[in-house]
Order: sequence, then structure tokens, then C-alpha cells
Amino acid sequence: MTDNNLIKKLWQRPSTIIVTLLFLFLLVVPKIVTGYYLHAVILIIMYATLGTAWNWIGGFAGQMSLGNAVYFGLGAYATACSQLWWGWNPWLGLLLGIVLSGIVAFLIGLPCFRLKGHYFAIATMAVGEIVNIIFTNWDAAGGASGLYLTIKESSLLNFQFASKVPYFYIVLVLLVLATAITIWLKNSRSGYYFRAIKEDPEAAKALGINLVNRKLMAIILSGTVSSVAGSFWINYMLFIDPPSAFLIMTSVQIALIAVMGGMGTVWGPIVGASIIIPLSEGSRMFLGGTGSGIDLVIYGLLIMLVAIYQPGGIVGAVNNYTKKRQSKKKATLKAVQEVSE
Amino acid sequence: MALLELHNVTKRFGGLTALDSVDLKVEKGEIVGLIGPNGAGKTTLFANIAGYQKPEVGKIIFKGKDITGMPTHKIAHMGMARTFQVVKPFSDMNVLENVMVGALMRRPKVKDAHKKAMEVLEFVGLSEKADFLGKELTVANKKRLELARTLATEPELLLLDEVMAGLNPTEVQAAVELVHSIHKQGITLLVIEHVMEVIMPISDRVAVLNYGKKIADSLPKEVVNNPEVIKAYLGDDAVEDGGAYNVGN
Amino acid sequence: MSEVILQVVGSGVLWGFIFVLSALGLTIIFGVMDICNFAHGDFLMMAMFLAFWLSVWPGLDPMLSLPIVAIAIALLGVATYWLLIRHVLKASGMAQIFVTFGLMIFLRGLAQALWGADYRSITDPLVQGSWNIMPNLSLSKPQVVAALCAIVATILVYLFMTKTRTGLALQAVSEDKDAASLMGIPVQKMYILAWIIGAGCVGIAGGLLSEFYYIYPEVGMVYGFLAFITVALGGFGSIKGVFYAGLIIGMVQALGGFFFGSAYQYLLVYGLYFVCVVVRPQGLMGRR
Repeated sequence: MTDNNLIKKLWQRPSTIIVTLLFLFLLVVPKIVTGYYLHAVILIIMYATLGTAWNWIGGFAGQMSLGNAVYFGLGAYATACSQLWWGWNPWLGLLLGIVLSGIVAFLIGLPCFRLKGHYFAIATMAVGEIVNIIFTNWDAAGGASGLYLTIKESSLLNFQFASKVPYFYIVLVLLVLATAITIWLKNSRSGYYFRAIKEDPEAAKALGINLVNRKLMAIILSGTVSSVAGSFWINYMLFIDPPSAFLIMTSVQIALIAVMGGMGTVWGPIVGASIIIPLSEGSRMFLGGTGSGIDLVIYGLLIMLVAIYQPGGIVGAVNNYTKKRQSKKKATLKAVQEVSE
Repeated sequence: MALLELHNVTKRFGGLTALDSVDLKVEKGEIVGLIGPNGAGKTTLFANIAGYQKPEVGKIIFKGKDITGMPTHKIAHMGMARTFQVVKPFSDMNVLENVMVGALMRRPKVKDAHKKAMEVLEFVGLSEKADFLGKELTVANKKRLELARTLATEPELLLLDEVMAGLNPTEVQAAVELVHSIHKQGITLLVIEHVMEVIMPISDRVAVLNYGKKIADSLPKEVVNNPEVIKAYLGDDAVEDGGAYNVGN
Repeated sequence: MSEVILQVVGSGVLWGFIFVLSALGLTIIFGVMDICNFAHGDFLMMAMFLAFWLSVWPGLDPMLSLPIVAIAIALLGVATYWLLIRHVLKASGMAQIFVTFGLMIFLRGLAQALWGADYRSITDPLVQGSWNIMPNLSLSKPQVVAALCAIVATILVYLFMTKTRTGLALQAVSEDKDAASLMGIPVQKMYILAWIIGAGCVGIAGGLLSEFYYIYPEVGMVYGFLAFITVALGGFGSIKGVFYAGLIIGMVQALGGFFFGSAYQYLLVYGLYFVCVVVRPQGLMGRR
């Protein structure tokens, strides 16, 4: 398909139109929504980004990572520590986070990709726990109490603003970028290769596909973008501590968002975040916080139901439905043709 | 220098010697048949040549380069392709996409790969089924698809593993014609086959494996009358009867 | 220093046996059906809570209520298989991972919602105190009892798997379920049996653990994770592997905690796991 054809085809799909409208709507959201609700929207967008990044390693490369929170946390801590120790500007800290996360992703991927599904998942959880323990006991990095970012004058250079609105636009740009990467990946050679690897790795190898390189690309991409989200987070919240950075639950939440929304799809994580984050925030506020356990009960049920009945997620279900309608149309057309011959 | 050379290739699995000092040469442009009773080691030989396994002893040389133990994808890039005994189509991708995966190896741009894939589909006769899903095809068409996919990588050497298995006589005919067409394109072929009536007429040369050892390697006519070969397939008594197969000339 | 080392090693060995018992069930389920039960730690937690509530009413000490707890958790295992696992047997690996993951979160949330996050412990347990074996070696009685039970359970399970017809049938299913079914082995029944044994073992582990350890919803997290590491290190599906791995992990944890401080004890365990992943991905005695 030429690039022009690709764009034409994209515009024909209803999902593209819906999303564009949504995007235009989002641009004016800060005028309408304020305070806590704006914060919630920012959360949704950030988690949608994290879910999208997870999709590259989980949905495309087919390796179930339950440790993506590590990159998120590293991005946050890189910004905080570099400022605390060396007085670095947060944008430099962001770059540092990217480099660190890329290295960690590479180091995890290389030995662990040969592990089968659940082995790999456990390995990523182990990394999460290791990093958690290290940072909890690293006093120079704040230890268990975490780190505060020094408050600076509001400016883009300082990556700090008095109002939430600039943060909103920044995180929106991040989501748009991440989504663009997903669309590009899907329609490029990598997209075909990832699908082939997932379907049948042996056959893929015979067709010249370097499995390890492809997966490494996916995990490094996933790690670096998650790290950027983490850097955003700390500049927004001005605080980070090991539980908010490295908890396995955060990793699970990211994975759940992608899986429930639709693993391997472009819009899945956005849909997933739009459901999960309000659920989690809502239960936190109305059901007595995460201490009550009721939000976990609901999460758990959700995950089990999605796993059993709709592993393709919401977007997956929609895609299946449209495919069925399309093939019914095709079959009817064919039948009509045959009759008229 | 032959396109593919095997020197003293030996493969062991624990106490079992699957391949025993196998020497083999495949010249450019040939069709070489590889036959032998079940368990003789034919598919193991393919696995070792194509990089899925590494022989304990011996060397495999492709296009003058030592590829022993080289990873499969690198060997594929060098110009060697293979099909699988049990077909492995990408079930949830359609026929066109399947072939594109192959085409993308030499043509990284999706647009170019698309064009090449359409050409190959035309060549093997699957163009009309381009948007069928891999899992929706008949066995014969799945084999065609696998052939198309490997052809799309524009190989110089193609290893075919029992392409005819599971096909009815009509389908076998069509497959033989396709193999001929592929050969005419200048692709060298190493073919594992059980169906004697098929492999004897099409091969320039036939090599015979038995219990991992190569027991014959010559013209089809000679192989068929080779007492060792007859013994391997039919047991000692058959040798007395003076040849089991009659390849009509 | 050497006096303390002995104590540390002794304690490590005892904990090792407990890891063995909690990981035993996990490795059996995995061995037979290739499913990694991520909710395993929370089965343990449920067992501990059940033992606790039975000690409150009707006042049974965990040592005495052990059979009840074992059976109850075994039933939980069967329910998990019947309601959840059965539906994802033919699904992708991701679906399988997610389903038990969901169960893990569900159980933990349930415990938190029903009983709160507070730490509890058995008041006045039947077995308490310690034996002073040597001047420098004092072993906690409940831990010794738990370790002995673990050894007995491991031996019994091993004998069952290797010497009885049913056990061999289970092994057949784990090797090749289609071939086993063709030979007349009822595969589904074997699956259920695997869950009974697997969940039963972790139920016993929970009961024993509750005698001397804190009971709280998050306890499944650490111990579940340690169980995974034990199984992964020993080799998914291998009983012998789990035995050795459990002991190794117990020692590493104890010695690590001693030399580097208790905050880092698990760090060494996870680090060890990683080394194993790189050097020998299939674990000590694993076959895949």
C-alpha cells in the first residue's frame, strides 16, 4: 500500500473519525474541566500512554511483561535524582531516564526472551521487586520516604507549571506520539514481522526474521516511552516514592489497561484507560480507598472475565464484530453473483 | 564449488546417532532428491542444514561460506529457504499477508513487498484466494501458500520437506508441475519425498539415507536398482527378486 | 561469628523446607497441565486465614485443623479449575496468565474487604517455643514441625507420583495428554486431581505457617512470589527440583539477610533467580 492509500484507508474507517473528533474535543477539555477532574483526565491520558507502550512488547512482540512500572519509575527517579545530586534540568533528567530505561530493557530482554510466557512474566516481576528493594533502601535516592522535586518558577524549561493545563497538553502530545508510533509499527514491516513471530516463531525464522532483534526493539521502545511518562509524572506530582513507582500492581494495571482495551490494537489502551482509571479512582474515592480491597475485587473479576470471554479486549471484540459483518456481506455478494451467472 | 556441501555431518541426540558422517553435494541448478525409510534422518538433515540444529561433527558449506550452526534467519538471508513437513501457515493472517512476510525479507518497503507477493501468488496460482485466512485453506492450498511464502524470499536453494504428503493424485500432479516451474526459474532444489513415482522422474540425482547414513547417491535409475537401497526399504528377501521399483523410462 | 552462622543456617534450612512445601503444589499443577497458578500465594493466604478463624471458633489449633484446611483449599483448587482454568485451556498463554492473575487480585481484595489489612496471629499456639539443640542452635518448634511435615509431604507426593498407577497416569498426562487420553487415561479427571494435590499441599503449608507467622492479606504476595522463584529455579514440573531449590532459596535468604541486612535478603534470592535464568533457563532439573 502506498502511503497515500494508507491515509485514505485510515480515513474510511469509522474509528479514525471517532478518534479525530475525540481528539479535537480533548483539545478544548481544559476549558471545560478543571480541578480534580482535569487531574483524572491527565491520569487517563498518561496511563493510556503507558498501556500503548506496553502493547509494543505485550501485544505486538507477544511477551507478557509484568514489570513495565520499572521503566516508569526509573524515568521519575532519573529526573528527581539528577536534580537532587547534580542540579540537572528536568529535561536532561528525562533524557537520562530514557537512556537508563533503554539499557534496563535491553538487559532484561536479552536473557529473558527465550523464556516461555509465564517464565518471562515472573522474570519481569522479579526485576520489579529487585528495583523496588534497591530504591527503598537507597537513602541517597530518598529511601522509603521518597523524593520531592524542588519547586521552581513555572516555565517549559523547568517543566513546572502553576496550573494543570500545560501538563494536560504535554501528556496529550505524549499520547499522540505513542499512538503514532503504534500506527507506524503496525503498518510497517515490523508489524507484519511481529504478527508472524506471534503466530509461528519457527516459520518466522525460516523467512529471515531475527526474533531477538525484533523483540529487543519492542522492549526498548516500550521502556523508553514508559520512562518519558515517568518523567512527566514526577514533574507533575513533584513527588515520587518506591511504592508509587515500582509496585507490581502498577505494572498489572498497565497490562490490564492494554489487555482489556485490546491487546495489539491501536486504540485499545486508550479505551482501556478510559475505563480502568475512572474505576480505580472512583473506587478509591467512594469505596473507601485502596485499603478496602473492593476495588481489587472488581479488578480481579474484570481480569478473569476478560481473560475467559474476550481476550481480544473491547477493541478486539468490536473488530471481530465488524469482520463478521464484512464476511457476511462478502458471502451474500458472492451468492448473488453465483445466482446471476 | 557446489552450491551446498555437507562434509561428514554427524548429529547425536544423547545416545542416538541421527546422522552419521553424511557427505552431500548439491550443484547449482540441480534437483536432488532425498529419500529413505521413516526415521532415516531426512528431516533432521534439513534441520541441521537450515540452522535449527547444530551437528556435533562436520561442516555445512553454502555458497562457499561455512554455515554450520549459523542462526536460521541468517541462513535465510543468504538465500536458503525451506518448507516444513507439517505446514505452518500464519493462520490468522490472510494469504497475501502470509506471502508478504516472506517478501519483506528482500523488500523492506511494504509497497514493494506487496507487489512481489502478488507476483508470487500469481505464479503459484493462489491469486484468487488472496484474502482468505491461512486457516481457511485446504491442505493442498496451504502447501501452495507455504511454497509461495518461501519463494517470496527469492531463494537460491529451496529445501522441500515432503511437499506431496497428504495430497491426492490430482494435487500431486499440480505440485510436480509447480516444482518444475520453480526449477525453471533457476532455483536449486533439495527435495525430501516418500512418493517414489514423483521423486524419481523429477530428480537429477537421488541420495538415500538409512539410519542416519547415506547409502546411495547417484542417478535415480541406479538408486532404484541398488541392493542396499532395496534392502533398506523392503528387507533382505526383496534383493533376490531383483529390484522393487520399475521406473518407466 | 561461627556460632551465629550455625543459627542462621539452621533457620535457613527450616525456611527452605517451608518454601518446598508451598512450591510443591505449584510445580505439580504446572507439570501436569502447563498452567502457572499466579494465585498460588493467595491460596496460601486463604489457608492461613481459614486456620486463623478456625482457631477463633471453634478454637482449633492450626495443627489440629490441618486436615480441614487442606481439604478446604483443595476444594478451592478444584473450583478454580472448574470455573476458570477449564475455559482457557485452549486459549493463548496470555489468557491463561491473566486468568490466574485476576484470581490472585480477586482473592487478595476479598480478604482485605472481609477481614481488613491488619496483621493477626494465633494466640497461644499448640506448638510454640524452641528447642535448644546446642548452645548456639535454637530452633523454633513450630518451624521444625512445619519442616518435618514438608519433608513427609514431599516424600508422600513423590512416591505417589512415581509408584502408584494414578501417579504414573498423572505423569503420562504431563508428558503428552493426547497420547495419555488415547490410552484410556481420563485427562480431565487427572487435571482435577492435579489441582487437588497442588492446592492441598499449599493448604497444608498455609496451615503450618499460620502457627508461627503473621496472617494478613498481603502475605500471599511475598510467599507466592517465592514459590514461583522456587519452582522456576528447580524447574517447572520437577518435584526433586523444587526440593533442592527450596532449600537453596532458604539458605540464600537466611545468609543474605545475615550478611547484608534483612532488607536485602530477598534481593539476593531474586538475583540468584536471574543468574539461573541466564545460565540455565529450564531450572536445575526442568525439562522444558
